[in-house]
Amino acid sequence: MWEALQFDFLRNAVLAGVLVSISCGIIGTLVVVNRIVFISGGIAHAAYGGIGLAFYLGVPPTFGAAVFSVAVSIVMGLVSLKSKHRADTVIGVLWAVGMALGVVLVDLVPGYNVDLMSYLFGSILAVSDSELWLMLPLDAVIVLTVAIFYKEFMALSYDEDFAVVVGIPVKTLYLALLVMTALCVVMVIRVVGLILVIALLTIPPYISEKYTRSISRMMVLSTILGVAFTLSGLWLSYLFDLSSGATIILVAGAVFFLSYVIDLLGNG
Amino acid sequence: MKLPAVQVEHVCFSYGDNQILKDVSFTLEQGDFLGILGPNGGGKTTLLKLMLGLLKPDRGSIRILGESPLDANHRVGYVPQGTDFNNNFPISAMEISLMGRLSRSHLGRFYTRTDREKAREALARVGMIAHADTHVGRLSGGQRQRVFIARALATDPEILFLDEPTSSLDPEFETDLYSFLKELNSQVTIVVITHDIGAVSRYVKSVACVNRSLIFHSEGKITTEMLDMAYACPVDLIAHGVPHRVLPTHEAK
Repeated sequence: MWEALQFDFLRNAVLAGVLVSISCGIIGTLVVVNRIVFISGGIAHAAYGGIGLAFYLGVPPTFGAAVFSVAVSIVMGLVSLKSKHRADTVIGVLWAVGMALGVVLVDLVPGYNVDLMSYLFGSILAVSDSELWLMLPLDAVIVLTVAIFYKEFMALSYDEDFAVVVGIPVKTLYLALLVMTALCVVMVIRVVGLILVIALLTIPPYISEKYTRSISRMMVLSTILGVAFTLSGLWLSYLFDLSSGATIILVAGAVFFLSYVIDLLGNG
Repeated sequence: MKLPAVQVEHVCFSYGDNQILKDVSFTLEQGDFLGILGPNGGGKTTLLKLMLGLLKPDRGSIRILGESPLDANHRVGYVPQGTDFNNNFPISAMEISLMGRLSRSHLGRFYTRTDREKAREALARVGMIAHADTHVGRLSGGQRQRVFIARALATDPEILFLDEPTSSLDPEFETDLYSFLKELNSQVTIVVITHDIGAVSRYVKSVACVNRSLIFHSEGKITTEMLDMAYACPVDLIAHGVPHRVLPTHEAK
């Protein structure tokens, strides 16, 4: 393993795994307790539209995905605030249209063959230095924003009505949460791909919720679990020559089911 | 002259085609203790949410202490109906009580020592201080309700709104709650939605009956006629499906 770590790409993969786990632990916790898993899935898939657009315009794909998914997250957020009853339908439509747009735009790029699979299922081993330098400030933005507005996020997650009554700008914070989710998703796409984003975003918080008594501890434990899943998945994929993204998710999924079974036995 | 605690003028509210409230008007003075009665689905909770600024009236105006409901929100406390939501949420009784200390002007700041003292004091007042660090999921329904009352008290409200606060309380605390509210009423205006006619007769100063429209009684003392009216109100309204006038015995006073 140490010998392997000397390879730059593996060192970058480990660093990316840690950085992504931090943002996933924090944002994933808020996504789970606010029950906005579906919207997060929508943002992740629609992000492919941004990747296609970036290729079409000849700008860096991560940048394209970031701008596009932030825009999509705001649209989805406004729709879910305005028309609560049909929000899920609209999100589902944006989800699919975003992806379709990405595929068609990539088709339109002459003679360019994009490695679609690496965006769908991730390529943590291909994370470059410059991408790491992009992840670091994104992590910092997420950590700082949630730290500063921690009690407000907690209040709106627990009891939205009460948060409105005491005068917290609930809608603004909700949109901010979705924008941060979009930024988090863009980072995670590099690691496990946009199809598997949801698993890394929700499994660690789901497990953590059962063993913690506060949102902050849930975030910390989720981050630790995220690092454990990413690194052990990475190691297993290296050992058995498997796809890294899918292996990471299967490790997380195995622990998810294990904790579920332990729960059932404990309550039975 | 003191501004009225609540001033509701010609308020109408509908969910789609379903008219919930029609031309509701009343004025509640500061220091009053209002019990709101009425049948289920009659619009009690909707009226409360309008006064809190959670809903906006289709027509008419609402002033809370002379301000719009959202501008007055740091001056009111709110105890919602039912507490059986989000029981898996990782949060302690103390953290819930602390929520009462949140406000727009303290956005993004840490809780101060005063905030913590007020939150603890509020928990102590409802007899929940021993459970300050208990996870919300481990509290009984009645205990949760007390924590929610503590959260509203922690705001230091000038008006306290409670939506059926006794619905999941254990009986002995129910009596405690009303005598507690009565004591609190010396400093705070109280508006409580309740099905508990007995409590209304013993503790409140004014009564309102809501079923699409609203009838307001601001008698200083609770009379047997008012008790009759409180009982008669939901029954009468369900029977006719239209708002009724104040009972004759009542007007004869």
